[in-house]
Amino acid sequence: MATEKIHVKTTINGRPEEFLTDPYVSLLDALREIVGLTGSKEGCLDGNCGACTVSVNDRIVDSCLVLAAEVDGQNIETVEGMATPEGLHPLQQAFLEEAALQCGICTPGFLVAAKGLLDNEPDPSEERIRHWLAGNLCRCTGYENIIKAVQKAAKNS
Amino acid sequence: MQPFAYAAPSTVEEAVEILTKHGDKARPMAGGTDLLVQVRGGRFDLDVVVDVKKIPELTEVKNSKDNLKIGGAVPCHMLYEDKEISELFPGLIDAASLIGGIQIQSRSGFGGNLCNSTPSADGICPLIVHSAVAHVEGPSGGRDIPVEEFCTGPGANALGKGEMLVSIDIPNQGEKFGSAYERFIPRNEMDIAVAAVGSSILLGSDGKIKDARIALASVGPTPVFAKKASESLIGKDPNESSFSEAASIAKTECSPIEDMRGTVEQRQHLVEVLTKRTLTKSLERIGV
Repeated sequence: MATEKIHVKTTINGRPEEFLTDPYVSLLDALREIVGLTGSKEGCLDGNCGACTVSVNDRIVDSCLVLAAEVDGQNIETVEGMATPEGLHPLQQAFLEEAALQCGICTPGFLVAAKGLLDNEPDPSEERIRHWLAGNLCRCTGYENIIKAVQKAAKNS
Repeated sequence: MQPFAYAAPSTVEEAVEILTKHGDKARPMAGGTDLLVQVRGGRFDLDVVVDVKKIPELTEVKNSKDNLKIGGAVPCHMLYEDKEISELFPGLIDAASLIGGIQIQSRSGFGGNLCNSTPSADGICPLIVHSAVAHVEGPSGGRDIPVEEFCTGPGANALGKGEMLVSIDIPNQGEKFGSAYERFIPRNEMDIAVAAVGSSILLGSDGKIKDARIALASVGPTPVFAKKASESLIGKDPNESSFSEAASIAKTECSPIEDMRGTVEQRQHLVEVLTKRTLTKSLERIGV
């Protein structure tokens, strides 16, 4: 079967976006290498680390386990869509203030995942936050500051 | 990833045609959370990935009075976010809310979990204890396979060339039916079970056990329907003594291996503990 390029029409961070992709390219690679949004990171490539977390139609997914061809007509949100010209998203601000990052590779995934939680549940318990973020790994912070930052953002937004 | 074509048919017939034409060189994709990892790892050399999520009946959930029909590509979250399904089928929801993490649950579901056919699949034992039946379609038509007969080995199943899972039918057995699924893992999320057990109980009007089903994960080459343990409960009072007896029988029906996750003895012990626990929880959920 021929593997011609596929034309994908989508919305990314509120802006219409069209691109051509090979059928075997992941959404993560398409975002980073075709669209030029390098905020989403490649970690494990098998759905364990969550560094590539983006939102597709308001649901968080590991973009390394989605084909770019699948998102035709869908609404994608990445970490690049969180801050506005007026300032950082409350989660980003809280991550800064609580030192919820060190090397930063996992941070975009944690931010997008945490936003997915707070958009639907503005006041989650600590247990709920920990459960929700179980699909995101961090090798630096020990998680405590990440949880604190999400709690702070929930309080501030 | 190695090159493959992407097909997104809108009917089962079209999908079956592509799968039949390409044989081992084609795989259906539901959530893709196993398939894409396997393709990257070189387990399959594919000409085409067949995305089945554009086929309406594959993504539908139909909850009628007697029956729950889950399309083959329905993701976990669609089930646990449905209040009525959560109340009627808590044993399924136990599994739907612990497969992977939230990101995985946005994509993965019972259909893909069943077709991936690993012995540790969290989705399969709950289906077995709910007497679920897999409806598959293929080049020579459709057929129904009871879920306990679906898996034939690690990663192997009863699907023939060109066949695909369309839906899973789960009978609603009413208020006197209870089910539960529990697994033992070193952390609470995002891990593979060392051992896991699903149980269900149906009580008769006399308060005795009319039917019971116990299924075991991660303790054999396929998910195991523990038939003797299940049958030992029929006609008995639902209590600690009958549950303990069933649990000790279930322990003899598994054939675990020793690997980095656990020893044979630990797994057998876990089967006994989790069988008793899930039977107790099933009874609690009936609320008698």
